[in-house]
Amino acid sequence: MNDTLRLLSNGQAVALAELPCLHHDHFLETIRDRIAHGWRVSSYCGVPDGEATVFYCLLASPVDGLLGIMRTVCSGNSFPSLASHCPQLQLFEREIAEQCGIRFEGHPWFKPVRFVRSCRPDSDAWARPVDQPLQVGVMEYYQVEGEEVHEVAVGPVHAGVIEPGHFRFQCYGEQVFHLEISLGYQHRGIEQLLRGGPHPRTLRQVEALAGDTSIGHGQAYCMVLEALSRTRPPAPAEALRGIALELERLANHTGDMGAIAGDVGYLPTASFCGRIRGDFLNMSALLCGSRFGRGLLTPGGVLFDLDQRLRDDLYQRLDVGRRELTSAIDLIWGTPSVMSRLEGTGPVAPEAARELGLVGPAARACGLKRDVRSDYPFGIYRMAQVPIVTAFHGDVCSRTLVRWQEAQKSLDFCQEQVSHLPSGRYVTEMKPLQGGQLAVALTEGWRGEICHLAITDELGRFGYYKVTDPSFHNWSGLALALRGEQISDFPLCNKSFNLSYCGFDL
Amino acid sequence: MLRALKERLTIQGYRTMSYPDGPVTLPERFRGYPQLADNLGGDEAADCAAACPWQALQADAGQLTLDMGRCLFCADCPASAGVTFANNDHCLATSSRDELLVCAGEPHHYARPLTPDLKKLFGRSLKFREVSAGGCNACEADSNVLTTIGWDLGRFGIQFVASPRHADGIWVTGPVSENMREALLKTWEAIPAPKIVVACGACAISGGPFAGSPQVSTGLDSLLPVDLYIPGCPPHPATILEGLLRLQGRIT
Repeated sequence: MNDTLRLLSNGQAVALAELPCLHHDHFLETIRDRIAHGWRVSSYCGVPDGEATVFYCLLASPVDGLLGIMRTVCSGNSFPSLASHCPQLQLFEREIAEQCGIRFEGHPWFKPVRFVRSCRPDSDAWARPVDQPLQVGVMEYYQVEGEEVHEVAVGPVHAGVIEPGHFRFQCYGEQVFHLEISLGYQHRGIEQLLRGGPHPRTLRQVEALAGDTSIGHGQAYCMVLEALSRTRPPAPAEALRGIALELERLANHTGDMGAIAGDVGYLPTASFCGRIRGDFLNMSALLCGSRFGRGLLTPGGVLFDLDQRLRDDLYQRLDVGRRELTSAIDLIWGTPSVMSRLEGTGPVAPEAARELGLVGPAARACGLKRDVRSDYPFGIYRMAQVPIVTAFHGDVCSRTLVRWQEAQKSLDFCQEQVSHLPSGRYVTEMKPLQGGQLAVALTEGWRGEICHLAITDELGRFGYYKVTDPSFHNWSGLALALRGEQISDFPLCNKSFNLSYCGFDL
Repeated sequence: MLRALKERLTIQGYRTMSYPDGPVTLPERFRGYPQLADNLGGDEAADCAAACPWQALQADAGQLTLDMGRCLFCADCPASAGVTFANNDHCLATSSRDELLVCAGEPHHYARPLTPDLKKLFGRSLKFREVSAGGCNACEADSNVLTTIGWDLGRFGIQFVASPRHADGIWVTGPVSENMREALLKTWEAIPAPKIVVACGACAISGGPFAGSPQVSTGLDSLLPVDLYIPGCPPHPATILEGLLRLQGRIT
């Protein structure tokens, strides 16, 4: 036991009473110190408690699969900011400011996140008038001045069939000096809907939190409930969840690689991948009837079994998928005109990626070996390891390469699991949720680390539920990747990150 | 170049499906058009209606009515005593909100073709500006998938376009979040008349899983006059395409 951090493992619940409550200075010092030692902030949130706000910080250790949580009480309307020392905190602090009406003193980039009112109507971190509606996207943007410098504003509605967000470029001719990303358009108030739950509606809302990551978020939610009720899903369920998570990764990585090819005008790979992506989605539908895996998961296990005939069918479809995807992707590596557009475009330096706390393929493309499946293993990944793929250059090419290699590892994993699927029950009865607990669940969605943190009241209902989508960590990586690039490369860089708007906006 | 051709001719092949001339392949566990039991007692039907967390079911003297605009076609439907979902019927789209109500013994409603004047304009060339207004990217993805070579939406003259000025209609996904309402309405205004409105997915029709959140609307038709309702969470691409083809009068 540690008197600063309560250590816990992924998918564990601890009694709230066991959590150390630190003095502000000690709390901030611990964050700085741990980050300096290679830890990462997985979640940082403010929970209203009467007049005061309790801050919880979840830190992830680089070794031993450990997570650490601590708290402090903020009783006023302001709190010291650490963002200039630890850039990975900047968005978390802005989020707490917006939700709880607390000013973070010394924050270098203090702007709204989703343009919503705080939970305290009389307290607004930006002192915006209460009687006027908030206007999304209206804030002070960073500006560059000078001859031939101009500003380009894009969105919220974009040219493609994609989600809305606003991008503001400061350009010098074609060259981008700076990109600022302002979101919040997709805000549906999900965390508010989850409070007081779990409700009969909750799982479907979590699955639609970021609809392309239904399994990633759905599994994190199920893990939270299983931790809070000390329930263990049976082995076949864990294996099927793993298969579903990897199929989700396969579908999205395939779509992304096709879209990257499309954005450099290479249509063969773009059109092949568009179709093959659908084949992977159809494999998810083979499991549960929904191409997005909706309805597969349930707290305590899964709703569907896979009989021998379906196992054989899935195995064979994976074989076909592998052959066709290999044929489509190998064209990229063998086409110099495509490679020259990918190589060196939109690089993020490893040091910057580490400081920003990037996760998922975007981080691994910079050489950072971080993946929840191996760092904080959960579910089936405690038994079956997936090799972690990294690349070095942090550019569009590396992000494409990492996706391709991950897709191959996912194919291997799925086929291995399908051939050795354990028999037996695939769902177990849930026990009641325990009250006065804090539970943490991390999964590795296809975009990276998904973190769900729940706090239960004395009756075992959610007093607070915090979701951190990987996009929350990674949008600033995209902004950085654009620095010094041509503005015409924005679609390509954007596609190589392919971040979620709704997962961010919640 | 030659290599790409070789891959196309050997492994990749011609992959556009024959639908609507041939059948569409649906997953075995697909949950499509709802089938309602007509032999329930009054209490049983009331229990079914009360069990649905989406308030998609209503019971009246043992008779169930299911609102496909609210139904999320859940795999673990708590009203399974009264509701099952056909795994071979993907035809869910309708032309009016009322026709989304399904009753036992009532005829299956299908989307109707556009009026003759609109059909003359849009029957062979129909361009949409898509707006995601709080959508989770599932409806967006399965709308977009229609443009891939497997479905090849272009062969019906239907296309998603980049500018509202080039569009004949607006295609809305998502429950219309407060923060997207203005952008949605501005996009709608920017489309030249005559123009049509498609509500794709349970969110756009009724708020879907987010219905009741103060941050979302109660349904797109509280803001715009909807011409095509496509239920599902998200709708299967075949459901979407079927609705469009009926709108164009290509299948009847």
